[in-house]
Amino acid sequence: MIGVKKKMSKTEKNNLITYAIAIAAFVIMQILIGTGSISSLMQGLLVPLCTYVILAVSLNLVVGILGELSLGHAGFMCVGAFGSAFFSKCMRDTITSPTLRFLCALLIGIVVAAIFGILIGIPVLRLKGDYLAIVTLAFGEIIKNLVNALYIGKDSKGFHFSTKDVMSLNMDTDGLVIVNGPQGITGAPKDSTFLIGFILVMIVLFIVLNLIQSRDGRAIMAIRDNRIAAESVGINVTKYKLMAFTISSAMAGAAGVLYAHNLSTLTANTNNFGYNMSINILVFVVLGGIGSVRGSMIAAVILTMLPEMLRGLSDYRMLIYAIVLIVMMLFNWAPKAIEFREKYFHFGKKKKEAE
Amino acid sequence: MKMIKRVGSIALAAAMVVSLAACGGNSDKKESASSDTFKIGGIGPTTGDAAIYGTAVQNGAQLAVDEINEAGGINGKQIEYKFEDDQSDSEKALNAYNNLKDWGMQMLVGTVTSTPCTSVVEETQADNMFQLTPSATAENSIQYENAFRMCFSDPNQGTASADYIADNGIATKVAVIYNSSDTYSTGIYQKFAEEADAKGLEVVAAEAFTADQNKDFSVQIQKAKDAGAELVFLPIYYQEASLILAQAKKADFTPKYFGCDGMDGLLALEGFDTSLAEGVMFLTPFTADAEDEATQTFVNDYKEKFGETPIQFAADAYDCVYVIKAAAEKAGITPDMSVSDICDAVKGAMTEITYDGLTGKQITWGADGEPTKLPTVVVVEGGKYKVLEEN
Repeated sequence: MIGVKKKMSKTEKNNLITYAIAIAAFVIMQILIGTGSISSLMQGLLVPLCTYVILAVSLNLVVGILGELSLGHAGFMCVGAFGSAFFSKCMRDTITSPTLRFLCALLIGIVVAAIFGILIGIPVLRLKGDYLAIVTLAFGEIIKNLVNALYIGKDSKGFHFSTKDVMSLNMDTDGLVIVNGPQGITGAPKDSTFLIGFILVMIVLFIVLNLIQSRDGRAIMAIRDNRIAAESVGINVTKYKLMAFTISSAMAGAAGVLYAHNLSTLTANTNNFGYNMSINILVFVVLGGIGSVRGSMIAAVILTMLPEMLRGLSDYRMLIYAIVLIVMMLFNWAPKAIEFREKYFHFGKKKKEAE
Repeated sequence: MKMIKRVGSIALAAAMVVSLAACGGNSDKKESASSDTFKIGGIGPTTGDAAIYGTAVQNGAQLAVDEINEAGGINGKQIEYKFEDDQSDSEKALNAYNNLKDWGMQMLVGTVTSTPCTSVVEETQADNMFQLTPSATAENSIQYENAFRMCFSDPNQGTASADYIADNGIATKVAVIYNSSDTYSTGIYQKFAEEADAKGLEVVAAEAFTADQNKDFSVQIQKAKDAGAELVFLPIYYQEASLILAQAKKADFTPKYFGCDGMDGLLALEGFDTSLAEGVMFLTPFTADAEDEATQTFVNDYKEKFGETPIQFAADAYDCVYVIKAAAEKAGITPDMSVSDICDAVKGAMTEITYDGLTGKQITWGADGEPTKLPTVVVVEGGKYKVLEEN
């Protein structure tokens, strides 16, 4: 065992721990489900947890690795969710195998989100810092509002589109309204399962962790650390920025697919696909530690579960949640807290080394 | 450094496991659902934008539960009642539902808002749990056999409004101002437009606004005015309606106004000049000013207990609990029956009962879960709501 350890680099070992945590959590949950000793609440939370982990890890790629603040992450999730739910609803009777249908939907969600990532990335990534944050925020809202103004119906003649209302679709009487403006998409099949969610989490972890270690990843981090220096050694800044941004939005799209197929109603409002959600994901990333993939993962799990675990306190839980956020922030970032932590862990380390 | 990370991650992993195990622990209660009490759960927003509706439902149902318990309960058994917050969000509503299931819920009063209800109904259908929503108006919210509703559906309100306007010859040229980012508003508008067509009403202007631009309505009002509308149909909530009334007056536009149950609360709005609302008509199942004895008792009890005047949602919830009582007594269920058996028994009984309550008289339900009751139209006269005679 010691021999193996020495051969592995520090990052490799770190990555292994990250995978191990995810796998351990999955195995424990599966055992709990198998023995039936799990509450319905927890069982219902499993797929959302996977969704938020994917979102947090993917946003970390932009915020932590690329070093740009994006406030429109929920927009890409929205695109992925609606694209895939649209497909699934159309194909509900054509493709009867849930797994196959979900895979197709997943592919569509990812591709659509990636295309939006490129389209939005091209103009947006010319900006830096605050300006980039503001523009991504605006794009996120634009996507949400576009979806809210969209009416799509299907009848024997094919698809009908409108941005006004259902009446102007001019459908035959047998027509089926698929996207109903602000009422969104109702009746997409519930195809998401914990297993699929877990596999997606593992794939996302694999992509991000390997990207960071790759040549491309080092180029991306070089841009983060010093753009001019990176440019001077011949790194194509636009290409790498766009690459990170697109991969990130594609993964957000995957999370959207998972989200959409876990609920039977899909509407775009501020809480799920708007500003609030974008900030929420950013909170996971910041509190988990910017640039730390494992941190984002753990923060997403804890912060998603916390309000549900505190339900016993009824309305006070919102208050407690806010306090926990502040405490976590202080613990992670306050200089005094860091000092205290180092001191504390220093002792622990010394003791262990002495053993 | 390695050690720190490892210790840290082990600690975090341990924390996760402990917290997961902790939530696994309380599931034992589910099996031993006590057989002495009926457990009725409620879901609705008690925090967030729609909190006023969720709180009203929570309180209204609580009042009914307390009264029933005092009077001896359902079939001689007491009721336990628990209400969970969903922030009017589909995902949170599912969490709330699962939480109530862990608590041992046997019947559900909820959810309060439409979109979460549509996703919760998928779950109640899968579990075969009886669900009665006080106020989710969307068509899909009760699409399965196990779900019923207390209020009118959106389409019903749209159709009823158009019928009322046409049958009573109130106007022929109608303008609509609606909130295109709201499911309630668009749902009513869509059906209204269809029915208006069928009834020979002319919709001369259909102007939309969104939740982000709900302060200035001068454009919409001007268009309605230019189109020569005699009546403006407002399938929106009272906050926005009050602004439209005020701004229309400034623009010298004085049509008739017709609204839906979202207009309830208009006169109670702070800082609102009630003379503007003079002559406004709207469909509502309940007004706190109604003079019948049942309403007055309810309003007084509610005020005494919660310190505010009940809105329509509270009345809906109050009726819901009594409807469940009526149906449960008809079906003769006992608390030791399984959730699924209760559902089968109660949903059969629902179609057989006739209920007189705060939100309507002689209410009956079809197997599709829709209530049949007469819509009441209320008009504002002299700063007070007055019930218009049904035609």
